[in-house]
Amino acid sequence: MDRSVLEGDPHRVLEGMAIAAYAIGAEEGYIYVRAEYPLAVQRLKIAIHQAEESGFLGKNIIGSGKNIMLHIKEGAGAFVCGEETALIASIEGRRGMPRPRPPFPANEGLWGKPTNNNNVETYANVAQIINKGAAWYRHFGTAESPGTKVFALTGKINHTGLAEVPMGITMREIIYDIGGGILDGKKFKAVQIGGPSGACLPEELLDLPVTYDSLTEVGAMMGSGGLVVMDETTCMVDVARFFINFTQSESCGQCTPCREGTKRMLEILTRITEGGGSESDLELLEILARNIKQASLCGLGQTAPNPVLSTIKYFRDEYEAHIKEKHCPAGACESLASYIITDACKGCGVCARNCPVHVITGKAKEKHRIDQERCIKCGTCYTNCPFDAIIKG
Amino acid sequence: MKTVSLTINGIVVKAPQGFSILEAARSAGIYIPTLCYHPDLVPEGACRMCIVDVSGVKTLVASCMYPVEEGMIVKTNTAKVREARRMVIELLLANHPKNCLTCRKNGDCELQTMAADMGVRTHRFDWGERKIHTFDASNPCLVRDQEKCILCGRCIRVCRDIQQMNVYSFANRGF
Repeated sequence: MDRSVLEGDPHRVLEGMAIAAYAIGAEEGYIYVRAEYPLAVQRLKIAIHQAEESGFLGKNIIGSGKNIMLHIKEGAGAFVCGEETALIASIEGRRGMPRPRPPFPANEGLWGKPTNNNNVETYANVAQIINKGAAWYRHFGTAESPGTKVFALTGKINHTGLAEVPMGITMREIIYDIGGGILDGKKFKAVQIGGPSGACLPEELLDLPVTYDSLTEVGAMMGSGGLVVMDETTCMVDVARFFINFTQSESCGQCTPCREGTKRMLEILTRITEGGGSESDLELLEILARNIKQASLCGLGQTAPNPVLSTIKYFRDEYEAHIKEKHCPAGACESLASYIITDACKGCGVCARNCPVHVITGKAKEKHRIDQERCIKCGTCYTNCPFDAIIKG
Repeated sequence: MKTVSLTINGIVVKAPQGFSILEAARSAGIYIPTLCYHPDLVPEGACRMCIVDVSGVKTLVASCMYPVEEGMIVKTNTAKVREARRMVIELLLANHPKNCLTCRKNGDCELQTMAADMGVRTHRFDWGERKIHTFDASNPCLVRDQEKCILCGRCIRVCRDIQQMNVYSFANRGF
């Protein structure tokens, strides 16, 4: 979302930053942008150059005697550098690791100086609010969460992309009215909101108005505004494993709970998706998650367990199915999948001919069978059956 | 220097402004366990052993870095704090060799003492992966057993801030 603003309308961000700099009396500003977004970097450079040529940035801005110099700092793509103190460390040329607050950057920020640190989306809104007034902006959204928010819709949804919506709109409206519903008419299962450390919310919460407070109440957060929509074929344990795998590899390694704790959560989740989970694993996951949230140094560790906690809270039955029945209800965990030939089998033999380990047997024109013991669960028979007679369970 | 007054475990403590909660607590004789903290070094708040509960703050905070404030209410020994500290110790031990008996630091080891103090005699992650490092005895003066390292960062800070040499740094991110 922020990338698309930087690529599509960089001047909006520059204007917001210039106004903020003017408001606090700053003369230097940095835009921290991932080097992996070369188009954004290139267009920002052009925009800064244009703004300086026109006298809106640089020295003696439109004859006011005020100077505002904006610089671009290209980051190397570390997730933790989205945390403000890590971002500042990275701009200063140090390893991108956060430090405890206080002192807050507003008091001691970049080079130890008071720093106003904001997101691209925030700065992009500044000029509009000043032009049209706070009352205009507040008439969108709710009293506690005024204004609009851009969501990045992705996953198993018909219309992916960015959508700017007034706060207080329900998740159902975003997913069905704007997003056009679930892909291929499948059944909705969950929506993950707020980026890799967001929570997964179930169907019961689709009518929840999306505000900062309401999301916090259900253990979720607005975060980056990412919305990942999942359908019935998504396994929630696997989703939790996927996101913990991300946060674990993005943990900066500084504090113990995040560095060591996310690793142990990942090991447990991997074990459960592979069928090796035990009932005590679920309890241990919850204890780990609770303590990592409480004891971690920065926002990364404090939010990393959210996908785990929310999936345990709302999809506990799926965890239990993996652990007790060694069964993945969504059929997504390959290690737990089994392929079964149903009575729709015509005995054509396509599956047996394609099976790489030759474990499907049966006479021509008679129902075939799979030797489950020797099956490697590759799914070749499932995809090749011309009669859809093989089911995954 | 201005003095602030705060409450730690129900005891009113006076401390100079700029003191950390840990310094204020120690000056009042209140014990808070620490690992990465060292009185001669700039604190980093990395190990999370010294976490305490501060009223009005959402998460637990590292007392070695959190500055005292007037009227602050701190609890250093609640069930929540103890559970989190035990978890920190368990997590450190899970990635640590289990050869205390033959370790030359046996009996003179802060990690061992801390675990014993907290009654941590086993940990719940004995199935977990442990980082394997090679034992470096190539230097005639120093041996370096990286597997024992708990990444407290003291060596980095002493080299950077006291020796002013800045020779060491972290490499990679743990796991």
